[in-house]
Amino acid sequence: MKIRYFAWVRERIGREAEDIELPEDVRTVAELAAWLAARGEGYAHAFENPRVVRAAIDRHHARPDSALGEAREVAFFPPMTGG
Amino acid sequence: MFTVRIQAEDFDASAEAAALARGRTDIGAVVTFAGLCRADDTPGAAPLNALTLEHYPGMAEEEIGRLMEDARARWPLAGATVIHRHGRLVPGDNIVLVVTASAHRTAAFEAAEFLMDWLKTRAPFWKQEERGEAQSWIEAKDADDAAAERWS
Repeated sequence: MKIRYFAWVRERIGREAEDIELPEDVRTVAELAAWLAARGEGYAHAFENPRVVRAAIDRHHARPDSALGEAREVAFFPPMTGG
Repeated sequence: MFTVRIQAEDFDASAEAAALARGRTDIGAVVTFAGLCRADDTPGAAPLNALTLEHYPGMAEEEIGRLMEDARARWPLAGATVIHRHGRLVPGDNIVLVVTASAHRTAAFEAAEFLMDWLKTRAPFWKQEERGEAQSWIEAKDADDAAAERWS
């Protein structure tokens, strides 16, 4: 699964994207965020307030309880500030 | 015609509005909204030198396209154009353009406002500001969420 990061989530983690092997017990966006947060200091910083971090599954907005299913790409990012 | 463009280049708001109505006789109203980079004057803060817009390529186009579909389901639109820029922009630069066309003004006005309100909270763009030597990410505003929610 490809994971992409944007804005300060990207800066804190220190990379734009990575490919991961998803553990079987990680089934939702929230579970993926928690699993990533345990990978190191930058990840922990990025997900220190998980309610603030938004996610998209295959380029559609997702919720914490959204199932990852057969997703090819999951992205994590701050609340959007375009327009 | 319904068009979404994400680009680093500038746009010409009046040319885009004219292009939307060109050759058509069923359009009675064209609403054009342009959002510009403002020289922010927050008291006590260093002046804003620039904004840098990061985006999620692919999803940005798709999400705005989905918002456009929602707008078409609500209002009888004859056409719409949304252009959103990315990259480094300085005060006075264009950031975003929404043009809506319809037979009558109400649909065009409301659809333009709907698109802007939802674009601000759902289109995957993030603004970073430069003030003096410092760079920081702009925080999302509750007021923008409230503006979008009033349509649901």
